Amino acid sequence: MADAKIEARAPTLMDVVIGITPGETNLEKCIQCGTCGGSCPSAADMDHTPRALFAMIKAGMKEPVLRSNAQWYCVSCYYCMVRCPKDVHITDLMYSLKRLAIKEGYYHTNTRTTSSSSFSSTFITYVENFGRSFELGLATVYHLMHHPLGMPKMVPMAMGLLTKGRMSLVPKRIKHIDQLKAILNKAKELEEEMYTELEV
Amino acid sequence: MKYGYFPGCSLEKNAASYQISTMAVAKAFNLEFLELDDWNCCGATEYISLNKTAAYALVARNLVLAKQLELGQNGNDKQLIAPCSACFLNLSKAESYLTKNAELAGIINTALAAGGMHYVGGGLTVRHLLDVFVNDVGYEAVKEKVVKPLTGLRIAPYYGCLIVRPRFQGVFDDFEQPVTLDKLMKALGAYVVDFPLKAQCCGGHMTQISEPVAMDIINRLLANAQDYQADIIVTLCPMCQLNLDAYQASVNRFFKTDYHIPVLYFTQMIGLALGMSAKELGIGSELVDARPALAKIGVEVPEPEPAPKKRPSKTELPMPQMPEES
Repeated sequence: MADAKIEARAPTLMDVVIGITPGETNLEKCIQCGTCGGSCPSAADMDHTPRALFAMIKAGMKEPVLRSNAQWYCVSCYYCMVRCPKDVHITDLMYSLKRLAIKEGYYHTNTRTTSSSSFSSTFITYVENFGRSFELGLATVYHLMHHPLGMPKMVPMAMGLLTKGRMSLVPKRIKHIDQLKAILNKAKELEEEMYTELEV
Repeated sequence: MKYGYFPGCSLEKNAASYQISTMAVAKAFNLEFLELDDWNCCGATEYISLNKTAAYALVARNLVLAKQLELGQNGNDKQLIAPCSACFLNLSKAESYLTKNAELAGIINTALAAGGMHYVGGGLTVRHLLDVFVNDVGYEAVKEKVVKPLTGLRIAPYYGCLIVRPRFQGVFDDFEQPVTLDKLMKALGAYVVDFPLKAQCCGGHMTQISEPVAMDIINRLLANAQDYQADIIVTLCPMCQLNLDAYQASVNRFFKTDYHIPVLYFTQMIGLALGMSAKELGIGSELVDARPALAKIGVEVPEPEPAPKKRPSKTELPMPQMPEES
């Protein structure tokens, strides 16, 4: 065992999480104070608060971390991040955990999280193909996939938005969509290279 | 003063009233907003959940377009204005990360090169629209132009999250207790109620992911506004407007409540105080009727025009006719 320390070690969960997050995460500085969970508007619905998740990441508990619903319930309000006494970039880390959970195939074990990642990917399909988001297409495709029985409930609101002229019937395409596609395809290749380097 | 302007997808349709009112009041204060040519979506909070590199590359394309604008800035930073809080966050965060983080900038520039683009960080400041009215125009200049003060109207100023948090670029207010929108509404003559949850989250995309979580979050905000007897909630973000306005009926069903609190944009309130008509400001497209609240300040919102009934004209198409009696 003593030799193992000298050899280059395989990336830990902590290394991977930090490696896939842009900028300084300060994750290693977390003092487990719990200010994050106390500031979170959806903490009550989370399996683990951010504080607990970070302790679990340090302990290398990959599966429970990536199976947690916490990252999917993050509403991205940044309260935890601005209040953190150690400037841990909590919201950015939550996004990293979402990406890692998808990458490692853990997201489909929980219906709520499936719908969250699928909402993101449906949203992005329109952005990648048109350059702009498209609410009607997004809502229809996503709800047919995940909440078909809930669709009748959505009708009054959708009709309200339609009659008030607040929903487009067709997506709008930007002029240089080919340029955007080329950029995004290259970006996706680079993202894969990043994962390969981190042995994910 | 010339600014680069990034409207964002919401302002094209869903929040068209925000766009219309922004342009109307910008003209009144001689603010020149040059829209980025061929801008793309900022990715909202969705792309970053799937692919970090692509998410930053998507935003970076917009930053490159902003840098190409001729704004006559006299050696100062170019200013890029976003009226949507999510666009503001994504643009300001990407600009800040690409400037400070050489490794990320290298990767993103490799991706941009595939589209013949390159981004050098710095020299561009991303700001929110409210910042422009508060700090460039100023409360006094706004007050001077008021011809129809909003006297008697109780406004709950709602900031939401992303213009006050996180703090990358274009920071102009406190992240716990912001006050700029309060002061701006006061300058218009309105009574600004205490609204303790003014910087709390509207739930973002949670309405689509988990209804109970979203309903709870929206209910907290509406209850708070109601507790302080607000006639109206004023916001500066299309997502906040959509969640509080379009989902208000859902909250009423979910919690058996009876909220009727209209949600308007701050630019619409400025326009009203400047004497513009409701129609010029796109008022009337909200789902919660704003007429009772606006009647308090003597603003009449025209009834929505009924959809024209299509009656086939006798001359256009051959219609079966009764044979004339001979």
